[in-house]
Amino acid sequence: MTEQTLNPNDVLAKAEALRNNLSSGFRDEIVKSLYSEAETIAKRAVKAAKEKKYDLDQKIDRLVTSPIVGLPIMLVLLGIIIWLTVSGANVFSSAIANVLFGIGDWGRALFESAGFIPWWITGFIWDGVYLGLAWVISVMLPPMAIFFPAFTFLEDLGYLPRVAFNLDWLFKKAGAHGKQSLTMAMGFGCNAAGVVATRVIDSPRERLIAILTNNFVPCNGRFPTLIMLATVFVAATFPPALTSFIAAGTVVGVVLIGVAFTFLMSWILSRTVLKGEASAFTLELPPYRRPNVTRILYTSIIDRTIFVLWRAMQTAAPAGAVIWILANIHMGDTNLARAIADWLNPFGLLLGLDGVILLAYIIAIPANEIVVPTMMMVYMGAGMMIDGPGTSTGIYNLLVNGNGWTMLTAVNLMLFALLHNPCATTIITIYKETKSYKWAAVSVLITLGTAFLVTFLTASFARLMGWA
Amino acid sequence: MPSIKSTLPTENCESCPAFYNLEQMGFKVGAFDRVVALAGNPNTGKSTLFNALTGLKQHTGNWPGKTVTRAEGGYQFNGVKYKLVDLPGTYSLLSASQDEEVARDFILFGQPDCTIVVTDATALERNLNLVMQVMEITDRVVVALNLMDEARRKGLEVDARSLSRDLGIPAVPITARTGEGIHTLLATVADLINGEIRTKPLRVGGTPEFQKAVSELVPMIEKLAPGIPNARWLAIRLLDGDSKVQQALLSGELSQRVQQQQQADVQFSRKMSVEGRQ
Repeated sequence: MTEQTLNPNDVLAKAEALRNNLSSGFRDEIVKSLYSEAETIAKRAVKAAKEKKYDLDQKIDRLVTSPIVGLPIMLVLLGIIIWLTVSGANVFSSAIANVLFGIGDWGRALFESAGFIPWWITGFIWDGVYLGLAWVISVMLPPMAIFFPAFTFLEDLGYLPRVAFNLDWLFKKAGAHGKQSLTMAMGFGCNAAGVVATRVIDSPRERLIAILTNNFVPCNGRFPTLIMLATVFVAATFPPALTSFIAAGTVVGVVLIGVAFTFLMSWILSRTVLKGEASAFTLELPPYRRPNVTRILYTSIIDRTIFVLWRAMQTAAPAGAVIWILANIHMGDTNLARAIADWLNPFGLLLGLDGVILLAYIIAIPANEIVVPTMMMVYMGAGMMIDGPGTSTGIYNLLVNGNGWTMLTAVNLMLFALLHNPCATTIITIYKETKSYKWAAVSVLITLGTAFLVTFLTASFARLMGWA
Repeated sequence: MPSIKSTLPTENCESCPAFYNLEQMGFKVGAFDRVVALAGNPNTGKSTLFNALTGLKQHTGNWPGKTVTRAEGGYQFNGVKYKLVDLPGTYSLLSASQDEEVARDFILFGQPDCTIVVTDATALERNLNLVMQVMEITDRVVVALNLMDEARRKGLEVDARSLSRDLGIPAVPITARTGEGIHTLLATVADLINGEIRTKPLRVGGTPEFQKAVSELVPMIEKLAPGIPNARWLAIRLLDGDSKVQQALLSGELSQRVQQQQQADVQFSRKMSVEGRQ
């Protein structure tokens, strides 16, 4: 030991001693002088050349963040976006489905006419892998191509922080951090991104609440499912002129249920396992900026549409293959897919769903936003061919006439899609952010438990009332 | 070196990368000569500037808190290759949230050759708080007065010279979205790194007794962790009772941190240049 070495404790003790010698308010002094210095410098450097009579930004902000009309404006905006998506997607959906399923028929015919290709290769490729891809593209692509640019437009404009501002007080009431409204808004884009965004929350307790509840808002991947179900079922019972409005209203309703569950679960968590007070924060409202059209298109098409679709396709291809194999392993007079679905059926019915939906959900676990396309394949693969799949009448016929769906099935599937566990990417992200298997598991249990409980309750209630 | 600015034929040329020898290098940051960090308050256009310089498409949004991790890219200016690190937007460097820590650790331990603090010209006063905190850590700071177009729209006249004089560091007015002023910014960064521009950052002194306390602690910290670049800042943090800094000191982590951060940066860059993502 030479004199050169210095014990860290000595330095700390020295700092401690020095601090005690300083007058008690020295910290505030420094902060104050920093702020006053900044103020003087800024005043010297900035001159308001002309007094503007009014500031348009402020006027708009007073309106969109007003306690009375702020929330209604938000809902109307969401409604408009979804209505645009619903009415636009209908046009493309059937066209895309016709083309893709046409190619499938042509490919199958080509393989069959070649003569030397065994039936199981033809089936595996065209009725398995290809069909999986075709379903995912025709169900998901049209709504995404309209929804994403609209969503990105609002994001670019600077509207999302206003959403956060409107919801902030509700989060405080729920014992969570106000910034959770920002991460929740982000979750509408992608739940995994929403989970990463919780890093802006300093308190670990409030951050965990934000992470665990992020999945209750439907991400961009799950919107197409909700939109399809709302269009095909809920709206189909109304006069055609009203269809798109009813469908849009239904999706907005589902989103609100998701937000309500976010609050409810935050409230429960902050009063049980994650007890504590909400901390204060300041939220800055950025100025409105003229959105840049090229950037919106780039972000929404490349970063979002292609990204989400590609991800869905990566799961859909193997899922299609698995379903085809299950449907072609025969057991007596039935096949394996049917047998598993039948076995799951009692449990499914208990939840107002059915065995096929649960099987599809299990197969699609890696990216469960594709649960509807997967479900379609199981229904079809289990031996129920129908005409014109992909059009809303085709889907309606397949499910209602072919497989005994009711309004309860559709509503509960929407609720299930809204509440069920996060996709694999989000679960991995939660693990990475919390560095804990426990919290990743808790996030799955909370969401899945809620999904089972809620669908069970709605199903029981509907049956009790004699609606289903 | 003749001033390039005087040869500007038209204002529009400023926004054209070809004009000022800017090569956007995207993720190709394998071998770089200089490291430049981008700091700033949330939503001041750091990512927009980052994209304009690197040609990358880091997701930008009108949305505070867009960037919570750091992104890296590269650009080449007048033949010198720069690695550009986009830090999360923060209001201060003192709190405990992860995004602020990422920014703080990089400026403190990563030792960038220059830190550009991107500020919102329309809300200068609030932005200056962070500028002054960064100036506490390092001398090599350039202020980019971004969003000048919005400032003009709001009828604000921002005097970069006055600001530069008061702060003791260069201040360059820019509009990252259109490319206005970016050339001057890059030239300023280059000059600062070359030592052609000397900075004299304004430092808020505090009371004389506080000054004395700092000056007593600095030599001790330098002895404890030789080669530590920011002993003065650490001393202030210790006097302030920052438990993170105390722990780092106790566990002997402090000098390791300097090495680690630099090592991590090399690995990170390599990963980025190979995989093209984080």
